[in-house]
Amino acid sequence: MPLLEIANLIKAYPSPEGGTHTVVDVPEFSLGEARQVGLRGESGSGKTTFLNLIAGILKPDSGHIFIDGKAMSDLGEPERDRLRATTIGYIFQTFNLLQGFTCLENVLLGMSFGPGADRDFATALLKRVGLESRLNHYPRQLSTGQQQRVAVARALANRPKLVLADEPTGNLDPRNSRESLQLIREACRENGAALLLVSHDQPVLDQFEDVHALHDVNRAALQPGEAGA
Amino acid sequence: MTLFRIVFKSLRQHLLSTAVTALSLALAVGLLMTVWVVKEQSHATFTNVTAGFDAVLGARGSKLQLVLNAIFHLEASPGNIRWSDYQFIRKNRAVQLAVPLAVGDNYRGYRLVGTETSLFNHAYDGDKTYEVLPGGRIFEDGYKEAVVGSFAARRLGLKVGDKFNPYHGLIFDEEARHADVYIVVGVLKPTNTPADRVIWIPIQGLQTMAGHDPKAATDVSAVLVKLRAPTAGFMLDQMYNKQGDKMTFAFPIGAVMSQLFDKIGWFDKVLEAVAYLVALVAIGSILASIYNSMNERRRDIAIMRALGARRATVFSAVVLEAGAIASLGVLIGFAFYAVIMSMAANLIRQQTGAVLEPFVWHKVMLWAPLGMIALGALAGVVPAFKAYRTHVAEHLAPVS
Repeated sequence: MPLLEIANLIKAYPSPEGGTHTVVDVPEFSLGEARQVGLRGESGSGKTTFLNLIAGILKPDSGHIFIDGKAMSDLGEPERDRLRATTIGYIFQTFNLLQGFTCLENVLLGMSFGPGADRDFATALLKRVGLESRLNHYPRQLSTGQQQRVAVARALANRPKLVLADEPTGNLDPRNSRESLQLIREACRENGAALLLVSHDQPVLDQFEDVHALHDVNRAALQPGEAGA
Repeated sequence: MTLFRIVFKSLRQHLLSTAVTALSLALAVGLLMTVWVVKEQSHATFTNVTAGFDAVLGARGSKLQLVLNAIFHLEASPGNIRWSDYQFIRKNRAVQLAVPLAVGDNYRGYRLVGTETSLFNHAYDGDKTYEVLPGGRIFEDGYKEAVVGSFAARRLGLKVGDKFNPYHGLIFDEEARHADVYIVVGVLKPTNTPADRVIWIPIQGLQTMAGHDPKAATDVSAVLVKLRAPTAGFMLDQMYNKQGDKMTFAFPIGAVMSQLFDKIGWFDKVLEAVAYLVALVAIGSILASIYNSMNERRRDIAIMRALGARRATVFSAVVLEAGAIASLGVLIGFAFYAVIMSMAANLIRQQTGAVLEPFVWHKVMLWAPLGMIALGALAGVVPAFKAYRTHVAEHLAPVS
């Protein structure tokens, strides 16, 4: 059974003109354990909403999401929170580090809502991403690339089976982008986590063996070249 | 990373508002405790200070004024009674001891009280009697000698062997200096009673001070009365207050003083109301400071929720933070209380001689802090609810 399985997933928002605007319409999608898949998505293709639905941050209007055999869409909010805290790692485009917490504390925080804080593992993760000398630095004291690496360490802190990455290199220069992507992929591989990465950046996607166009997966996504894309 | 650590981090991140809010709460806690302790201790102190006597006999007038004048050495005397009236009550079989007092002079604002040496052999509180510091003695009747209360001696810098000229009246007026010269023969050990604020001289000295009306040379301002049995007080009350119309018999002293607190009860209520109001404002400031910072916190909350924190967790964190600010305020509040109460106690002692104990346990020291912490945490519920309802997906992007 795949680690992630999606069937007939629909999410719509009220549109300014009245009525609703469907953002996500995924008839089916799956991802096997420890697989790494890239999704190519332009702005407005609903990629963040798609990932938020998988993470349980948003609740779909209809359809099913199965993660590790559990039907996410049937779970109540506390159970979804729990599943997210224990099974999913999330890397955001803007990193979303807590500015009042040090690097180590940001990673520990990622653990504390799940399996519990493990200082040694958090330190090992930060060492793995090359930040052993920055454990007690605050995000504002780090470069953008370093902040991104903290976000990677945090996403892996709860030993997730699935890592979601939403334009993880969107704020990095090409060199940092390449290094960072390599780090994410290696770290996921080392930790046995599957990776689902969405990006509009072709050089990033070129590094994946398995790449899908989001509009092939999400029927609601605009085709490339469509107005407003 | 525990919830407490998250709360601690948030407090540190909002250090200025945390400090200001905690200080306003500290002021409220300090004020609340001070108002209650002053109110209850002063009530207890003023109704228990009797100088070891059961009643005061004086000129017809207010019992309260008579007690304030004779026991607390405050207020003016309501008038004089004749020496024969003193002799008459002294010889009453129900009376164990009667000590005459005469007032009307001061030395630099500290009043001179004329009395007899029998006062100093009498226990002023339980079995405590007046004692003079080493090197001194009690004055001798008929001599221009003075025994100075400990507080007055300290404030005036008087010591054994010093000489001084009394001033006429109860309020210091440099123009009203008497020609008589008195010598200090003793300084009393502290009694923590109004007697500490008084300069004691022989009663004849005060009665016959140069410049006083010769016709009043044998009058006394009041007579302190110790009864053989308290029940006799009701008989004397009947005799002086109901059947007679020339003198007032203030009995029992504690009950008379209670009248004072009945009269100023409204003032207590005003003080209480002000203290409650300050507490309310402080609680409101907790609510306002956290609530106003919610917009900037929403992203942090959304991040924590995205990492798996439950709504209940972020709700608890905000309530705990409010409770922590209140707890910090309470801790500082005890320091504020110590300062405010010590100043109040010092002022009350200077003005009345009554001694309040700032550091004696009082139940307000439990209910005021606990109440403020509970209310502080409760004030956190409103912003906590805002945190609870934070839409995660909407707030994950940076606010720009």
